[in-house]
Amino acid sequence: MTRPVERTGTFQLAGEAKGQALVFSQPLSFWGGIDAETGDITDHSHPGLGQNVAGTILVMPSGRGSSSSSSVLAEAIRRGTAPAGILLERPDPILAVGAIVAEFLYEIRMPLVVCDIAGIASGDRIAIGVGEDGGAVIRKG
Amino acid sequence: MTLELTAQDRSMLDGEQGPSVAAAMKILVAFSNAIGARGLLDIAGAHIDGCLYHGKAGLDFVERLVEGGGRVQVPTTLNVGSFDLIHPGMVKMPVAEEVPARRLMKAHLELGCQATFTCAPYQTRFRPGFGEQIAWGESNAIVFANSVIGARTNRYGDFIDLCCAMTGRAPAWGLHLSENRRGRILFELDVPDGEQSDSLFVGVGLFIGQVSGDRIPVIAGLPQPRDEDQLKALGAAAATTGAVALFHAVGITPEARTLDEAFQGHAPDETIRITRADIDHALARLSGVPDGAPLAAVSLGTPHFSHEEWMRLLPLLREVAPGRRIPIYVNTGRATLTQLQEEGALTGMEAFGLIPVADTCTYVTSILERLDGVVMTNSGKWAHYAPGNIGVSVAFAEMRDCIRSAAVGHVVRSAS
Repeated sequence: MTRPVERTGTFQLAGEAKGQALVFSQPLSFWGGIDAETGDITDHSHPGLGQNVAGTILVMPSGRGSSSSSSVLAEAIRRGTAPAGILLERPDPILAVGAIVAEFLYEIRMPLVVCDIAGIASGDRIAIGVGEDGGAVIRKG
Repeated sequence: MTLELTAQDRSMLDGEQGPSVAAAMKILVAFSNAIGARGLLDIAGAHIDGCLYHGKAGLDFVERLVEGGGRVQVPTTLNVGSFDLIHPGMVKMPVAEEVPARRLMKAHLELGCQATFTCAPYQTRFRPGFGEQIAWGESNAIVFANSVIGARTNRYGDFIDLCCAMTGRAPAWGLHLSENRRGRILFELDVPDGEQSDSLFVGVGLFIGQVSGDRIPVIAGLPQPRDEDQLKALGAAAATTGAVALFHAVGITPEARTLDEAFQGHAPDETIRITRADIDHALARLSGVPDGAPLAAVSLGTPHFSHEEWMRLLPLLREVAPGRRIPIYVNTGRATLTQLQEEGALTGMEAFGLIPVADTCTYVTSILERLDGVVMTNSGKWAHYAPGNIGVSVAFAEMRDCIRSAAVGHVVRSAS
């Protein structure tokens, strides 16, 4: 079966980004899970431990955990250690707030998209763009 | 599904009420769209969990609102910060961290927030009433307000709690709406009649937090609590091991006078029995050390000690009279501390090792003199977080056992 190269999604924060996919089947909490100084994953209970999210397109089913994740994401965006964009299967208000506040303070837009994440594997080249209707368009390859 | 704004909301969004209000409303609108809310509603108060310094972004945000001349629109309390402003010198921190951390607390005051610096705003004169819509941050405060008082808040946090305070508005979704407050999962507590220890309430909280996920728990068979502090401990524990923002206890909490009311006439999705063994197991996970281990300190008051709790502790200190100078830290709100000082209740208590801590908490900042020994606590929340936050070994016990242990210098616990 061939997967479509292009899929659409809904923006929680609109923007454009390109990067290599970093895919997790298990949600990752930014607070207590990512070091905002480096972008390293520090959660010992997460399979991504030791990997780095900076500049990637982070793909996971949902966000997780404390509302302090908003601050950690905003701080990571400020420092340039955040993912270039995030794709989620389900909307996440906590990550949305972090992305919105970072855009407000620093005018850096890290797109946050809700879409089907099936068929995306770590290492895939992903491009997030804005469609004619203002929705998200995700291209693979 | 689109968000409908009132003329007043639009006026804020368009900058007619100043740049800070416009910024707060812009973020609130984006957040409301992200969660699919259809409108905003008025709130009567807010509690901001934004005074702990986690990095520059948090401070930059508050500074932007201060620069724009913003003021909170509703009575707004503040959660703990990184400092005890009442007892200077207690917190030890490098200057590079101290300057922005102090500024963060002060910047919130410049926005018109109240200098409460407590995680128990429900113990202050800003306590909300039944049915009131509020926007609160801090997990124990949220679960207390919803469950014990019957006020209505979602789990707000970073940035959004302050945006609600700056606009006096919150998204009309989740626990603000009656239909979303019904119980989903029933816990039937099966313990011997008459048992009412503090640790029972902590254990029940730990257990329902682990099991409930995002479903609202209903507890049947909970003994009538001695006071609301036992429900405070239950809620804080449930919000520690899980994401519980509201629990109902049948015949005890205000939206659960009957089982039927707690479930709003629906059947539970699932029923789970809690046995004494479940509670013992949950509590045992809080204690990493055996009885007899040398004791470095005691920490009480997480969430902040109420006046009633002080009135139980002080006679106990006089009775047991610990004389080894092992520090007994008690975290409490500054309003409670002021009241105790006016009453003269703390006079001479330092001889027993008592060290009151206000405005902050012993597990979020560097207060403890020694981190190499065991710290005893009667708080399920402190026992859960302190090892990761400040690197101590913890023994959980009833308050009486904590004080007895301070007197003998090692961990002693009665058979419960």
